[in-house]
Amino acid sequence: MIDIIVGHYNYWVVIFLMMAGFYTVISHGNLIKKIAGLNIFQTSVFLLYISIGYVSEGTTPIIAEGFTRYSNPLPHAMILTAIVVGVSTTALGLALVVRIKEAYGSIEEDEIHDQDKSL
Amino acid sequence: MLLILLQDYSGSRRTMSDQQLLLIAVLLPFAGAIGIMLCGRRPDLREAVTLTTAATVCLVVINIYLRFLDGAHPAVDIAEPLPGLSIRFEVESLGILFALVASTLWLITSIYAIGYMRGHHELNQTRFYALFAVAIGSTLGVAFAGNLLSLFLWYEILTIATYPLVAHAGTDEARRGARTYVGILLATSIVLQLLAILITYTITGSLDFREGGILAGKLDPAWAGLLYALFIFGIGKAAVMPFHRWLPAAMVAPTPVSALLHAVAVVKAGVFAVLKVTIYIFGTDFITNSGANDWLIWFAGGTILLASVIAMTKDNLKLRLAYSTISQLSYVVLGALLATNIGLLGGALHISMHAFAKITLFFAAGAILVAANKSEVSDMGGLGRAMPITFGAFLIGSLSIIGLPPFGGMWSKWYLGLGTVESGQWLLLSVLLISSLLNIAYLLPVSVKGFFGKTRDGTTYTRIKEAPASCLIAMIITSLACVLLFFYPDTFYELALNAAGGK
Amino acid sequence: MIEQNLSLLLVVIPLLSAPVTAMLPNGRMPWLLTLTASWTCLLIAGWQLSVVIDGNVISYELGGWAPPWGIEYRIDAMNAFVALIVSAIAAITLPYALLSVEKEIPRQQTSLFYATFLLCLVGLLGIAQTGDVFNLFVFLEISSLSSYVLIAMGEQRRALTSAYQYLIMGSVGATFLLIGIGLVYVETGTLNMVDLNQRLHPILDHQTVHTGFAFIVVGIALKLALFPLHLWLPNAYKYSPSVISVFLAATATKVAVYIMLRMVFGVFSNDFVRITPTDHMFLLLGVFGVILASVAAIYQTDVKRLLAYSSIAQVSYMVLGMGLASVLGITATLVHVFNHALMKGALFMACGALVYRVGSSRFEKLDGLGRQMPWTFTAIFITGLSLVGIPGTAGFISKWYFVLAALEHQSWLIALVILLGSLLAVVYMWKIVEVMFFRPVPDSAQSVKEAPVSLLVPMWVLVIANIYFGFNTELTVNVADSAARLLGVAAYHE
Repeated sequence: MIDIIVGHYNYWVVIFLMMAGFYTVISHGNLIKKIAGLNIFQTSVFLLYISIGYVSEGTTPIIAEGFTRYSNPLPHAMILTAIVVGVSTTALGLALVVRIKEAYGSIEEDEIHDQDKSL
Repeated sequence: MLLILLQDYSGSRRTMSDQQLLLIAVLLPFAGAIGIMLCGRRPDLREAVTLTTAATVCLVVINIYLRFLDGAHPAVDIAEPLPGLSIRFEVESLGILFALVASTLWLITSIYAIGYMRGHHELNQTRFYALFAVAIGSTLGVAFAGNLLSLFLWYEILTIATYPLVAHAGTDEARRGARTYVGILLATSIVLQLLAILITYTITGSLDFREGGILAGKLDPAWAGLLYALFIFGIGKAAVMPFHRWLPAAMVAPTPVSALLHAVAVVKAGVFAVLKVTIYIFGTDFITNSGANDWLIWFAGGTILLASVIAMTKDNLKLRLAYSTISQLSYVVLGALLATNIGLLGGALHISMHAFAKITLFFAAGAILVAANKSEVSDMGGLGRAMPITFGAFLIGSLSIIGLPPFGGMWSKWYLGLGTVESGQWLLLSVLLISSLLNIAYLLPVSVKGFFGKTRDGTTYTRIKEAPASCLIAMIITSLACVLLFFYPDTFYELALNAAGGK
Repeated sequence: MIEQNLSLLLVVIPLLSAPVTAMLPNGRMPWLLTLTASWTCLLIAGWQLSVVIDGNVISYELGGWAPPWGIEYRIDAMNAFVALIVSAIAAITLPYALLSVEKEIPRQQTSLFYATFLLCLVGLLGIAQTGDVFNLFVFLEISSLSSYVLIAMGEQRRALTSAYQYLIMGSVGATFLLIGIGLVYVETGTLNMVDLNQRLHPILDHQTVHTGFAFIVVGIALKLALFPLHLWLPNAYKYSPSVISVFLAATATKVAVYIMLRMVFGVFSNDFVRITPTDHMFLLLGVFGVILASVAAIYQTDVKRLLAYSSIAQVSYMVLGMGLASVLGITATLVHVFNHALMKGALFMACGALVYRVGSSRFEKLDGLGRQMPWTFTAIFITGLSLVGIPGTAGFISKWYFVLAALEHQSWLIALVILLGSLLAVVYMWKIVEVMFFRPVPDSAQSVKEAPVSLLVPMWVLVIANIYFGFNTELTVNVADSAARLLGVAAYHE
């Protein structure tokens, strides 16, 4: 039992961040907070990849004399790609928020919704 | 073109193959439609296009019939949309019967329509004539369909093409009527008929029309009734109750539409499809052995009686005729459901007899509308004295529908009656007899009132003010046909017998 | 040798064209370059299909690294089919786009607009070409991000909020996909689709594999707009520029259908589907989607939103085909992918023509326009017939196969649902017809003319294609059938 909690603490962190991020996206009405939540959610996925990609006592994945155990570079590549995707998404999202603020004067979802409904 | 056809008739030269003739018969009306659209600016030229196309198609179909008598059975595949299933035209006796009726009556109705549309100062006449041509083209497609898929294709195109015709007046009432019309027809065809077709395909792997049907041996007889019901109700154009409401709803259409389409083309396409499915998909032996028709036949019988009763309550003449049509259509369905040679003979024969009689009645109703601006029967007292030809034609048509000699309608009723006797269906025989009495009750009063009745407000009609000339000509031709068909029913009789003989 | 390189070019050409387009001066030049790029892609895609149609497979190793370690572009009949559809739609949309974009997009943004369009094309084509799961994710995100931008360029300010909403939901979906890929990678150590299929086979009952599958399916379902994850679609289609509605409606969700097919049947294989309730879930959600979306379409007050809900319903049909999990079912889905692209492409083009002339797609502004714009109206009418499934049109072929597949599966309920969906389609298409044709033309609209020729020609090409593929189905049915068999889906037997 202890082993499940302590031994896999990284996975628990992943789950916690995932839920926290997802909850933020759904529940908050502020557009920027939603993007922040999305970021947290995506970060949890990065942690997941790092966790599963960990090779104990593995060295950097560059062939060198005397080393037989290397870290797996593939999850690293995947995480980097995913981070880039996440950054692009965040940038795009924030750009949209700026435009929405210009157009509506607010970044609260319910206020925007009211303005649209009244049309 | 006409010369070539006349030469063919005289047997001197065969310049066109059977297949080509078949294709021309179906495709020429569509070409005519385009021609009509192009001549929209010049009404006289446009009308000439209509009449020439109609006459040519009529001659072509007669030609096909004559070659058929010589033994020609042409078939043409024009596309293969699904593996193993093609869009196919094929000539067989029932199809020719229907095609002959439809093409001759298109010509006559075109003559009628010219007088009616101009006399009534209708708008959008180009659209009307063009769509009329498309509708007839689709009807011929149904008549000459070589398999169930092709039949369904043309059946649906017919529904779509007739929608603007029904909604022609453009008023709210017309739109509502057209909505009911298209709604019921598309609903039945998509949900019931298409399902039945797909089930048939799944079971047998084919949709071909074969003598003796394709289902025998492949379908568990217990389910045959259900599949048959899907077809009968799915073919909404046959107006078997409870899917009949589209017919009275379609009466908002101008009278030529009601005459040709809802006495001849659309409704006959429905019962024609029923006959085709009965003879060539199910096969009469399979139906009788599986008892598929046991309970369905009561729907037909019920429709016959119920529709006649409702017809009696309707004061609007077109509505009365609509319910009469519903009742008469179920005569054909009854013949099909009897699934005996004589029953099928009676049903097939009724397609032609009823067409000529009903179209006469609708022609008369339209003439009354145009000349006297009356639509309610109670309003027509004494009108016959001012419009003797019109009411005379109406009388002849009524007597044919009732089934009295010397009018063609007698033959079909006779064979249908024989069919019920042969099957031992005494109850159905009484249904037929009672229905004839009801026919008298709702049809004869119109003529009687017209000739002998008094006008509503006591005025007398001093001078004859008949319908426009072309309307009269059309009416006279069709009423003469009703009489002629009594003495010379051979053409249609032989074709129907041939079809019914298909086991 | 050439084949492999040309297949790669399908992705590289638009990718290189995009920054070049961005640097061109605003005006006609960006459009011209985009047009050239997409037509080239169409030619390559068509040629590619002709190579693989007999069952060959084109394989290209990126960077010379052999799979399963390297990224592989693997093209079989299904990929090539999807690639053809995407490039064909792009090729037809671009002539249409010339005038439509000039009307709706501010001039100073034209080159950026076309550049983003090319990026979207890159993403979609990349998805169709790749044989690597993570590469799929990357291309999916490329196409999604560019879609967000393109949608946000709509004229009304609600385009911004629609794009934002789509961004949030789409990113969540993509992240789910990422999680799923990660979990599957843990179990197998590979990202190559073919390799994954082989390695997953002995471990199909592992908990991790099931969890990964669930994440993947939900992630794709969001892109697919599968009920109940469809909420982003109506607004996104409505507020985006007309060209983008045409392009996205005809391609984006179809590519997502392809991804779902590839992942569920290609990677996880039919055996997996048998031991999990996947097919039942698809059937259930498909049924709900068809009925609820069609009913929702009937109550709309705006034509673009009506068509958006109709798209959700049509995608649900495709999901139904997947749920039937037989050769006939998958064939039906793939045939409908093609036919629906034709239908919705034409319908949204007609919508765009209406917006071009009248400035709005709300029903109240469309009274009687059918008579002022007869060609547009006839296009809507014929395509409507196809959507309903009247014989003689492409839509009928799709319906035929769907019901046939349902009957083979002995599922009367599904067959009835499919036919009922057609009936509901009759109702909402009829609504459009009645408003446009039977209502009198208001005075304000008396001067409305027919749409310009460059808008009408692409529209009518699609309309005629609708009729053509209703009669000549060699291409669609044969390819769909061989693709379905390639997926290893067994013909259904009790």
